[in-house]
Amino acid sequence: MKKRLLTILSVLLTLTIALGGCSGRKAGDSSRITVGIPQDLEDSLDPHKAAAAGTREVLFNVFEGLLKPDVNGDLIPAVAKEYTVSEDGLTYSFILREGVKFHDGSPVTAEDVKYSIEKSAGMTGEESLIAAFSNISRVDKVSDTQVDIVLKENDVDFPAYLASVNAAVIPAANAAPDVTPIGTGPYKYVSRSPQENIIMQRFDDYWGEKAYIKDVEFKVEAGDAMIMDLKGGSIDMCARVSVTQVKQLGDEFDMYEGSMNLVQALYLNNAVKPFDDLKVRQAMCYATDTQEILDLAFDGYGAPIGSSVFPAFGKYFIPELADKYPRDIAKAKELLKEAGYPNGFDMTITVPSNYIPHVDTAQVLVQQLKEVGINATIDQVEWNTWLSDVYAGRKYESTVIGVDASSMTAEALLGRFYSKADNNFTNYSNPEYDKLYEESKVTLDDSKRTELFKAMETLLAEDAANVYIQDMAEFVPMNKKYEGYVFYPLYVQDIARIKLK
Amino acid sequence: MNIKSFILKNKRLAIGGSITAIMVILAVTGLFFTPYDPNAMDISAKLSGISPRHIMGCDNFGRDIFSRVLAGLSTTMVVAVGTVFIGIVFGTLIGAFTGYYGGYLDEIMMRFNDAVLAFPSLLLALVFISVMGSGKLNVTIALGILFIPSYARIMRGEFLKCRNLDYVMSARLMGASDMRIMFVHILPNTVRVMLSTIAIGFNNAVLAEAGMSYLGIGVQPPDASLGRMLSEAQSYLFVRPGYAVCTGMAIVLLILGFSMLSEGLEKNA
Repeated sequence: MKKRLLTILSVLLTLTIALGGCSGRKAGDSSRITVGIPQDLEDSLDPHKAAAAGTREVLFNVFEGLLKPDVNGDLIPAVAKEYTVSEDGLTYSFILREGVKFHDGSPVTAEDVKYSIEKSAGMTGEESLIAAFSNISRVDKVSDTQVDIVLKENDVDFPAYLASVNAAVIPAANAAPDVTPIGTGPYKYVSRSPQENIIMQRFDDYWGEKAYIKDVEFKVEAGDAMIMDLKGGSIDMCARVSVTQVKQLGDEFDMYEGSMNLVQALYLNNAVKPFDDLKVRQAMCYATDTQEILDLAFDGYGAPIGSSVFPAFGKYFIPELADKYPRDIAKAKELLKEAGYPNGFDMTITVPSNYIPHVDTAQVLVQQLKEVGINATIDQVEWNTWLSDVYAGRKYESTVIGVDASSMTAEALLGRFYSKADNNFTNYSNPEYDKLYEESKVTLDDSKRTELFKAMETLLAEDAANVYIQDMAEFVPMNKKYEGYVFYPLYVQDIARIKLK
Repeated sequence: MNIKSFILKNKRLAIGGSITAIMVILAVTGLFFTPYDPNAMDISAKLSGISPRHIMGCDNFGRDIFSRVLAGLSTTMVVAVGTVFIGIVFGTLIGAFTGYYGGYLDEIMMRFNDAVLAFPSLLLALVFISVMGSGKLNVTIALGILFIPSYARIMRGEFLKCRNLDYVMSARLMGASDMRIMFVHILPNTVRVMLSTIAIGFNNAVLAEAGMSYLGIGVQPPDASLGRMLSEAQSYLFVRPGYAVCTGMAIVLLILGFSMLSEGLEKNA
């Protein structure tokens, strides 16, 4: 009797599990996708407080600013239909698009826009995440459909900052934007379980092209567990997978290949000996072989670069600079001799230990530099130590790292080499460069500015400010059920473009 | 008792001894000679399998794994020996004084000892490394310091046990100085315990070095160490399982050999 009961129970239990699995599977097959993300959204769901790039890339689906970036990184109107700039360049007038609704159904009004920009700029007492917004003098509601933003000083890059998630338009009536985030994006926020997931649903009243997939779950999963989940089928896609992990996945997935949009280089502290000598820096450039680094540490993937601009900045990128210093051991040795180091020298490469690609790159560099007599040793440090000692403290000789652009402005990449810049962690200093930079700040004509930026980019290469290596390749494995993943030149995951095959 | 029957009687000692002997020979070889430069990279040999040219294959940089295992073995062994040496020398000194004299000195030192032991050792090692910087020498010093408390505790127990034994009493009656009693009379009688502690400590040191290098705070790349190699091999577990197996086996054999040797010695001492 007891045994029979047990049998019935176990059959029932099996059925429950099996059928439960069935129903879940069915809904999954219709229109839902699970996206793996490497970190939880711990900072805030309030777009104006989302400091981490990993948070912003998820919130990008929920929020929009007056403008937003398209897949090329160009600015397209979003909540605003169009905008005009006054002749003195100080007043930006935005005409609001009609029929834009928040996720709670209420229409976007000029008050909401004024409130959002003021909140984002820190004018309501909160800290602003966009430094350039301190330049805003006031925000005026001109009419029900027009909002004017008045600047204190000229800033040609100002519209680019408005496209950031940190400048999103949110309803003024929402008392708790970090608990119940409401935006105007193609997806609306449903729920979040800390350390587990964040769930979104398609917003059917979206003003633009609506999303294809109805339910989206962003699942928090770390490291190699992500690969296991992909293989097991509980995650459908995830971004920024390394070459090694791609190998583990095999061809069960559609693999989208893009680039990380950063400048990976052996950054040299231009203020310490011997790197204050141009000849030494050039010798190091001649001593290294980018293609060999790519072949050895990255399976041949990655785009070689020769200055502090990566290819996604099509307008400013000069591809020829990558070939400026081909590998030439004899020349490198000669330059070292001229600089007074006929027998080479000892140096340290500081690398954050959590970024394996950078550690691998450093290992190849050590071997390549050895051939010209430079004896490099690697010092692995923790990420926080790297940030405080190398980046903020500038107490280092050289480091391998990737530097990205916080916004789609040339300023974001080239501004850090201005000798007085706060984030000039390489201590690069060249009066000629400073002159070009200062000129670019006050030039309004776009083609003239582009010329200036290109001149700065070339100067960095000629000065061999750093040993530039590559823009690293990234891979997005996606379940073969889906298609349509698009890469942005910014840190963004656009789920709205993904659809079922 | 001749050697043959001695070995037959004590298989552990024989097997452990021979494994250890082989590993030590390999490690010493690794210090002076490897088939290839353990750090030389070769694109064409990237992740190549076992072949006559590379008897254990090559890693993701095309470096000969066998050469790296040899070099890694000697690195790991040097660190382990250094660690145990620091630990046993200072541990014995502290243990001798606290155990022999007792009193306040003993109380204070042992509570301090407890405090150090209360922290996870890897965490303390991390603190040491972040203060002193990484590198082979610093890893050895950091691990050595971490090993002192446990040695001190064991040695203290031995000295405490011996200080009132008859032979110590008679030495004292003969007017021997405290120093002479501690290090000439008592110390030789603690050798048996010391040997087994050294053996256990050696194994722990090998594992600790491997663990620290695995976490990236031990031996710095591109220098080979068994732990560092194991951590690199992890990414290629599916592509080239041989990489992790060869490296892991070296660690396993090293520890197995030494454990058996020490157990055998203990039995026979």
